[in-house]
Amino acid sequence: MSAGSFRQIGRKQRVREDRRFVSGDGRYVADIIFPNLAHVALVTSPHACARILAVDDSAALAAPGVVAVLWGDTLAAATKPLANSLDTPGVECYPLAVGVVRYVGEWVAAVVAETRQAAEDAAELIAVDYEPQAAVLTAETALDPASPPVHAGHGSNVLYNRTFVWGDVDAHFAEAAHQLGFRAVWRRNATVPLETFGVMARWHAGDGLLDVWASIQMPSYPEQIAGALDLKTSAVRVHYDVDVGGSYGVKRGIKHTVLVGHLTRLLGRPVRLIEDRLENLVGGDAHGPDRLFDVAVAYDDRGAIKSMRLRVVEDVGGHTGRAPLQLGKPVSAIVGPYRIASVAYEAIAVSTNKTGQTAVRGFGQAPTNFVIEMAIDKVARTLGLDRLAVRRRNFIPTEAFPYLIPSGSTYDSGDYHTVLDKAVALAGYEALEKKRDALRANGLLAGIGIATCLEPGGGNSAFEPLLNPKNKTTTWPESCRISVGRDGAVSAFITTSTAGQGHETLVATIVAEELDLPFDAIRVVHSDSLSGLPGNSPVASRMAIMLGGAATGAARKIRDQALAIAGRQLDREPTELELRDGFAQVKSAPAERIAWTDIAFIAHRFDHLMPAEQEPGLQASFVWQVPMGGALPSADGRVQMYPCYSFAAHIVLATIDPDTGVVALPDYAIAHDCGTVINPDIVKGMVLGGTAHGIGAALYETFLYDETGQLITGSFADYPMPSAHEVPDIKLVEHCTPSPHTSHGQKGVGEGGYLAAPAAIASAVNAALAVRGLEILTLPMRPVDLEALLNGND
Amino acid sequence: MKAAPFDYVRASDIDEVCRLLHDADGEAQIIAGGQSLVPLMAARMARPALLIDINRITALSGIVVEDGHLRIGACTRQRAVEQSAEAANACPLLTKAIGQIGHIQTRNRGTVGGSLCQADPASEIPLVAVTLGATLTVQGPSGERSLPAREFFYATMTTAMASDDCLTAVTFPVWQDRRVGSSFHEVSVRRGDFALVSAAAQLALDDDGVCRRAVLGLGAVAPCPIFLESASKALIGHTPTDDDIDRIAAMAVAQIEPDSDVHASADYRRRVAPKLLRRALNDALVEARSKPS
Amino acid sequence: MSDRQDITLTVNGVPVRDNIEPRTTLLDFLRDQVGLTGTHAGCEHGVCGVCAVLVDGTPMRSCLLFAVQLHGAAVTTVEGLNQADGSLSPIQDAFCETHGMQCGYCTPGMLIAVHDLLAHNPDPDDEAIREAIGGTLCRCTGYGQIIEAVRLAAARLRQAVPAEDIDQ
Repeated sequence: MSAGSFRQIGRKQRVREDRRFVSGDGRYVADIIFPNLAHVALVTSPHACARILAVDDSAALAAPGVVAVLWGDTLAAATKPLANSLDTPGVECYPLAVGVVRYVGEWVAAVVAETRQAAEDAAELIAVDYEPQAAVLTAETALDPASPPVHAGHGSNVLYNRTFVWGDVDAHFAEAAHQLGFRAVWRRNATVPLETFGVMARWHAGDGLLDVWASIQMPSYPEQIAGALDLKTSAVRVHYDVDVGGSYGVKRGIKHTVLVGHLTRLLGRPVRLIEDRLENLVGGDAHGPDRLFDVAVAYDDRGAIKSMRLRVVEDVGGHTGRAPLQLGKPVSAIVGPYRIASVAYEAIAVSTNKTGQTAVRGFGQAPTNFVIEMAIDKVARTLGLDRLAVRRRNFIPTEAFPYLIPSGSTYDSGDYHTVLDKAVALAGYEALEKKRDALRANGLLAGIGIATCLEPGGGNSAFEPLLNPKNKTTTWPESCRISVGRDGAVSAFITTSTAGQGHETLVATIVAEELDLPFDAIRVVHSDSLSGLPGNSPVASRMAIMLGGAATGAARKIRDQALAIAGRQLDREPTELELRDGFAQVKSAPAERIAWTDIAFIAHRFDHLMPAEQEPGLQASFVWQVPMGGALPSADGRVQMYPCYSFAAHIVLATIDPDTGVVALPDYAIAHDCGTVINPDIVKGMVLGGTAHGIGAALYETFLYDETGQLITGSFADYPMPSAHEVPDIKLVEHCTPSPHTSHGQKGVGEGGYLAAPAAIASAVNAALAVRGLEILTLPMRPVDLEALLNGND
Repeated sequence: MKAAPFDYVRASDIDEVCRLLHDADGEAQIIAGGQSLVPLMAARMARPALLIDINRITALSGIVVEDGHLRIGACTRQRAVEQSAEAANACPLLTKAIGQIGHIQTRNRGTVGGSLCQADPASEIPLVAVTLGATLTVQGPSGERSLPAREFFYATMTTAMASDDCLTAVTFPVWQDRRVGSSFHEVSVRRGDFALVSAAAQLALDDDGVCRRAVLGLGAVAPCPIFLESASKALIGHTPTDDDIDRIAAMAVAQIEPDSDVHASADYRRRVAPKLLRRALNDALVEARSKPS
Repeated sequence: MSDRQDITLTVNGVPVRDNIEPRTTLLDFLRDQVGLTGTHAGCEHGVCGVCAVLVDGTPMRSCLLFAVQLHGAAVTTVEGLNQADGSLSPIQDAFCETHGMQCGYCTPGMLIAVHDLLAHNPDPDDEAIREAIGGTLCRCTGYGQIIEAVRLAAARLRQAVPAEDIDQ
């Protein structure tokens, strides 16, 4: 299955959503205004850990424009705790603190007012009397059983600790000619979108219905709202036709939503909370992985890695939720693209008195790829072997697919050798080495970095039962409904919000392909959670696979219905017919045909011409369970995690100014394989955009806390995200190993370059440092970190 | 991040500004470009009861070269100076430095005077002012006075201005020497971010390549931008060699006692400062040597 | 409590009159009072550049201006860059052609910055393009397709205008 065999898939097609964005016509949550809308501002904790002794909101309540002040105990009495993914019944989190505050920025009270300005004015008038307590501020402290529990009901700060052993790790290490080990750190950061989280809720008392508009990207969002507010899911209508200004995993705002959901019911008017940037960075619970890795690999004289031990401690912060499952996702590609025979994986999640964590692009795979690639580089360096050669030696060869990895996932398809070859050619590797040498001769440190990394795609709920055996869930679908009007106009309905991934374009392309109609003739509509079918939101690089599959399924049902109608008209079997260019025609005699528009009209108006037993109209739904899914993990934690595996090879040249520690990336080349490309511009955007996120994580971005638990990088002035100056021109080349599991061979690419870029840049910087006999194993590698490493002994 | 409430007045002349400042007794602030002030107000870290807008006072804007000086009105936009051929000709060090302030859009609105009054030790214009020995013209209720830039900054974010003073202009000396070279270097995390360390150098060589004038400065390594007086003097009368440059850079650093903050440690600043100064000196020398004798 | 003030200014060529608190930023004024939601809030402290508008033809961060300061000024927002007949301008069209956006949130700010660049520099090199958009963050695209859009727009605009008519 190659792109050449499709008529629309893979061809240049303008992304439909762009048209409204360039006109300033996007519809983001803050753009949607209702009369009588009330606004929320938050009172937040100044302490990392404290008991709340007394509160006084009298001045706030008397302030102009103030409608209400809500406190945590009131909210907790009226709602259920926010959902946790781990088996931690003693951990109860509510949107507002109840009795204790667990991190700086935690929400303590919500002020509701006629304007956001008035709410902020009143928030300043609220007095809270705190009794500060000792705070737990590092993962190491949290692991100490003597550390005061962040969640008293849980009893300790270890939320999760399990060691998975797949294969005979001990024996492989004992037998191996060599082993090496290292510690690496992925410091807390996040993919921070430019739009903060926002939500507006409106309760209709007469209908008993809660309408929600939000900048959301979260599975089971309506269900979690319903659960917390003690409503049936049929009483919650989430509107998915809100444009989301970027998410990359993080827009989970469940505490925001429960808060405004409660307030709108209480106050009988629509209520909105649009985070400001300080609320977002400090207390929005949108920080990403914060990991301490201990890695060991056992290998032979030629650098073939037989076994790996991987221990990771994840600092989850003060709020839990779904984020700890990010320790589970890497199980899906725990050996990377390599033929490692056995793995021991110890995953530990701890609570600390820091901002809560959310899912971030890759759901834990980017940090994991960083350490896997670090291991391969170290093996090569230790043996004095070429890093490309060692990778090639370890790669799963293309003839070995589908390939079962020790942790129970089968990789669907791939050709890692060819993709790496393409990257090497694109990078002009030999010329790149000469350029590196010339830069070195000019006084810079310089190094070439290589990363060859997987991007599992498609999603699967399997990490839920993997990390919490009490949660025996195996369902993970996506849906599409198609409706054809009496004039033949096609509308496809999807049950997801979109944050720039181009789902309307994706679905229009697929439906147009299947029905052989023009792209512009397919309208795509975002349903709401009541009128829509089951879905799981655009996480896990899943929508090309899952939404593409659902749209295909629905479209093929429509096709079948249409061909049945046409068959009756043309007196032919439907199997003799095909849809082509707006007609149903006989394959062997195309002049015998009937127009699509006529078929549609018959379906709606001429029951007497319809095939027997066929419903009137022309519409179909398809709900698609994730391929390769449906199974619970085995006792030793093996299960098929994700169905599809995309792959990329990044080759990057980095320079370090030895005096200042500043890194530049003069050359960057990427070869990527995401199976069949549905829209080339969207795919390119995901690879480049993900790489830019990766540059941020590798060189610039981290959330830093001081010794009292204050977040000292809590504004955009101190959290430096890459601008156009920091992202170089990046060369791209594609390869295609289609997935056997998907409608058109497509795999996921939404996590894109983010899964390989940090590893590649770390590889380059370490190649540059190796000349001085130095290495750096902590990200981000900021100028101050590199300069101290280079010159700290001066 | 909505600012706390305030009263607002558009001042029509400088006397009005001083009067309003005086009457407000410390509760009023001038808004010029607002690129530093408004973020502080949005975070409610600055809460003036009265905001005095000076953007309409035309007398506060202007770029004039006369009598061997470049006089810039305090409310002149940084972008206007950046794009002024006259300013570049008269004071190339300033032009080189201004292009590194923030981004085009912040320079479109930010003012030269605003940067000086903000007195951030990492900012570019104060460092150039101190290095070149500019003069600041300040107007207060009792009239106008001139303050040397090298005495204008005396603590972090603190100037010699009283709370009822208004900066009206800054005047940079124009070097008439034929063989002048200048250079401005800064290290920042990203392009346009504030400097972790900055260095400024300007020198003039005679026809034999001997240094006749030199001024050196360092920013972001102390509570205020620093003029390196003895290091500057040490260059004069010599044909600077690489060893001279190293020696002078080391001498300069011996004077400084940087602080650690969230962005960089004192050690970082202490190690990087001489290297940056060396680069600035080198580049200035190369430029000066390229000028015809 | 501060006194509200009357202001009059032009937004996208249309006179606007209002009575507002001085602390109302131009950003909030445009969105809340004038109802033009195309200009977006990214940080409200002047770093991300997403909120850019043209003030008397010059691009600035609207979150760092108080609307009262703009009395008598002419403000242009992204909506004001639209062609009168609803068709895409060459710059807008170029962004659609190269897919110079994903979520669209920074796009208004980018368009304002690019509009200003191409108004003054009809043939910018990559460094000039990066300088023009360097103060506007994008978290989706990694800038590659945005830079391509600017190159394409510049080329198309140059084709549309005979060389001798370009203001030097």
